Amino acid sequence: MGSIAQYLRRWRRAASLLLVACIIGPVSLALALDVPPYKGYVNDYADMISAQEEVKLERALQSFELTDSTQVAILTIASLEGDSLEDFSIRTVDQWRIGQKGRDNGVLLLVSKDDRKIRIEVGRGLEPVLTDLLSGRIVDSVISPYFKRGSFDQGFEAGVAAIVQATRGEFKADRRGNRVRRGDEPPPLLFQFLFFGLFLVAFLGRIWRPLGVIGGAVLFPLAFLFGLLPFSFLLLLLLIPAGAFGGWLLPFFLAGMLRGGGMGYYGGGHGGGFGGGGFGGFGGGSFGGGGASGSW
Amino acid sequence: MKRIALFIPVFLLLCLGLSGCGYNTIQQNDETVIAAWGDVEAAYQRRADLIPNLVEVVKGYATHEKETLTAVTEARAKVGQLKLGSDVINSPEALAQFQSAQGGLTSALSRLMVVVEQYPDLKANQNFRDLQHQLEGTENRINVARVRYNEAVRVFNTSIRTFPNNLTNNFLLKLPRREPFKAEAGAETAPKVKF
Repeated sequence: MGSIAQYLRRWRRAASLLLVACIIGPVSLALALDVPPYKGYVNDYADMISAQEEVKLERALQSFELTDSTQVAILTIASLEGDSLEDFSIRTVDQWRIGQKGRDNGVLLLVSKDDRKIRIEVGRGLEPVLTDLLSGRIVDSVISPYFKRGSFDQGFEAGVAAIVQATRGEFKADRRGNRVRRGDEPPPLLFQFLFFGLFLVAFLGRIWRPLGVIGGAVLFPLAFLFGLLPFSFLLLLLLIPAGAFGGWLLPFFLAGMLRGGGMGYYGGGHGGGFGGGGFGGFGGGSFGGGGASGSW
Repeated sequence: MKRIALFIPVFLLLCLGLSGCGYNTIQQNDETVIAAWGDVEAAYQRRADLIPNLVEVVKGYATHEKETLTAVTEARAKVGQLKLGSDVINSPEALAQFQSAQGGLTSALSRLMVVVEQYPDLKANQNFRDLQHQLEGTENRINVARVRYNEAVRVFNTSIRTFPNNLTNNFLLKLPRREPFKAEAGAETAPKVKF
């Protein structure tokens, strides 16, 4: 008998796990060749670039981003392992998101050493200046002649110089330290809504106590919903009593605040953020498959 | 007073109910599909725009390949008659038609590119090489746009089939399932022009 009870208990746990999985269930996709993480502008996984050249390129690309906000990245890999160059390239830029959000001004120079293949992947914002045609010419007549002779350093240097020359002036950097970073987008609107919500609930509660309770019960889960936090229905249901309690409590605070003479609206923006030195990560540029491929 | 007291929670509950049941999600996903389709069409349009130039350049060198060139021009004309806009993705037949016409152009182009191999002068021509790059780039864009469209369709279809969104869709929105691009018949090796 005990074993049956145990069996049932195990089943219930499995079922509840399944339910949770169904509710939250993120879909993960397996991909062919893994995209390596980026370390900076120059990501020399195939060891093709000498140490001095790497420093030089890194510095050049950094100063280019500071003046023009355009991000150029280099990736070398040992082999594509049978993957298609274009597929791998678009996967890389989709993952790295080179370029600034909204400007889409990123470029990737991808080289696969053993396959002897080169690709320039161009962000949507730069397609008008760094066209497929121009990228193709850079690959064919700037980079690959050097690569054929085995002088990789010079090939990269000339290639980057050509890309920079083509894209210079298309975008201008904002004030220093004002670059928008991934995960650094301040949601002032959200806070305003939050404050508004709190006041609304408190106000409703002042008029009629149950009204505040209802308001809290409704608005609190709503705030979560519109805050776009990952939520599930169970969580929402839990939030309702929490909100109701808050709605019951808030009017006291409002009364207190009114008596206390106004409230200290917390204000002020965030500080400067990135000072300018160093690589700060890529922004959020999008790509549409523009660019060109070639080989040496 | 009492009436307002009742109205506000009811209104808010309605908002909560609708967004909680995926109404907004479905709408957003539908818009994503339409936007992704726009990119697909733009990429194909780009290719169609390149063809007159390409034909002109090839004509000068490959004088014996009239048939292949005519085939390309005809396929191009067929593509030009296609309906555009979100009408195409709203009806599976129109989508199938779109796919077969574009597929026809793809195969006509790849035949042309095979033929061109026999003309070293043409291959050395800078003008032609530039066009090659543009054509390659365009085929790649088409590929990317198609993959993204299919992904958007997958997300949309999933969102109208999973609980509780399926209820919202069945009773309120009644949006049909969207069709993804299928691999072209006889072109399993991706629509890519190799040189």
